[in-house]
Amino acid sequence: MSETADRVKKIVVEHLGVEAEKVTEDASFIDDLGADSLDIVELVMAFEEEFGVEIPDDAAEKIATVKDAIDYIDSKQ
Amino acid sequence: MRRVVVTGLGMVSPLGGDVETSWKNIIASKSGAATITRFDASEYKCRIACEVKPADHEYGYDPGLDVDHKIQRQVDPFIVYGISAASQALRDAGLDNMSEEERLRAGCSIGSGIGGLPGIESESLVLANKGPGRVSPHFVHGRLINLISGQVSIKYGLMGPNHAVVTACSTGAHSIGDAARMIAMDDADVMLAGGAESAICPIGIAGFAQARALSTAFNDTPEKASRPYDVNRDGFVMGEGAGVVVLEEYERARKRGAHIYAEVIGYGLSGDAYHVTAPHPEGNGGYRSMEMALRKSGLSLSDIDYVNAHGTSTPLGDELELGAVKRLFGDNIATMSMSSTKSAIGHLLGGAGAVESIFCILAMRDQIVPPTLNLDEPSESCAGVDLVPHVAKERKVRAVLNNSFGFGGTNASLIMKAI
Repeated sequence: MSETADRVKKIVVEHLGVEAEKVTEDASFIDDLGADSLDIVELVMAFEEEFGVEIPDDAAEKIATVKDAIDYIDSKQ
Repeated sequence: MRRVVVTGLGMVSPLGGDVETSWKNIIASKSGAATITRFDASEYKCRIACEVKPADHEYGYDPGLDVDHKIQRQVDPFIVYGISAASQALRDAGLDNMSEEERLRAGCSIGSGIGGLPGIESESLVLANKGPGRVSPHFVHGRLINLISGQVSIKYGLMGPNHAVVTACSTGAHSIGDAARMIAMDDADVMLAGGAESAICPIGIAGFAQARALSTAFNDTPEKASRPYDVNRDGFVMGEGAGVVVLEEYERARKRGAHIYAEVIGYGLSGDAYHVTAPHPEGNGGYRSMEMALRKSGLSLSDIDYVNAHGTSTPLGDELELGAVKRLFGDNIATMSMSSTKSAIGHLLGGAGAVESIFCILAMRDQIVPPTLNLDEPSESCAGVDLVPHVAKERKVRAVLNNSFGFGGTNASLIMKAI
């Protein structure tokens, strides 16, 4: 697992209060991890803070799964 | 008018994460006051408070029992306390699994005096230091006062009236009184009613201290600071927590064989129309609120055995309330007992009236009245009044009166009786 993936998963576990095993790369924030649209706004803010990247709204809207988040962050670093 | 009874109790207090632990400690004359741990208060005029204790404490509180981890992170502590107390109360009443038909007739009236002050403070700092793009998307609904009622209605599917009183330190008593009327008026059959507060944060302590409302002379002996009616009292000690009761229409409660703690028989409310923080110099507002509750109850003064006083430990407020109680009770003062449980758990502000109503109910259940701690040297006007100094007292308790008075000159009195 990449270092980005580790850090993303840790943030997801902390913010959504879900078990670490559930946070697979294919997991959908809304369908599998119980997030709502505001939780995703909060997650995106946490990713920006953690990785020092800007995630504009149009990009944030396309982040649906854990893998989407990891890939976006990796592409900006 | 339909009769309204109490069938469930829930509480988070500085002396326990539930009703029975809090009550046991109140009766054992324990104090919940200590040096503030939430933030470094060493430079503050007031450095003490009655904080709700962490789960690993002897009488701590575990939010995880009833509140999802995610919600705990997103909302202010007053909402978390409120959800916990409401959950306990529903379980106690045996109503945590109602049918859809029942839930259509079940509602919430759980308020707060101040709401999410710690979160408003901390997110304001985020805004100032990191800009608007870093403010939490949960900021607004995690701080709003009606979001205890909102969260609880969502958690348990309660589709009846959804209400939240905001009347400073009278909130808890008004919440119960208003909710009882909703049941009496046939708006609902079941209501979760009460109040919660958690304002022990830098701006909360600084603000109340600047208003000269907090005790500042006992920073080195926190458990001595809340001393209602004592000559050396110098202000209140901030508390936090929540109290919620289940109110239910009497016939419904009786038919399902529910345990009935008490009947809500009198509710009085009034405005001082005098000053934003100082009570009316003759205690007229409090007097009229008590008098209205008494009139509605149909009881005689001689029926009321216990008064849980507003008694915050401020120099002016205690004296004026005592004067109003003496004026109302007349000769009947000799047979009743009156105490302030704020001496043990501090002032829960918007939660006070609800938590103290629960103590009143338990006084009737157990036939014992809780003490006024630290009443070493009663002020002159206390003569002839049993203020239950230092230790709890076993006695007959058939009917009770609870007073709550708030900034803005808002007063509420509740009378309940055993059934």
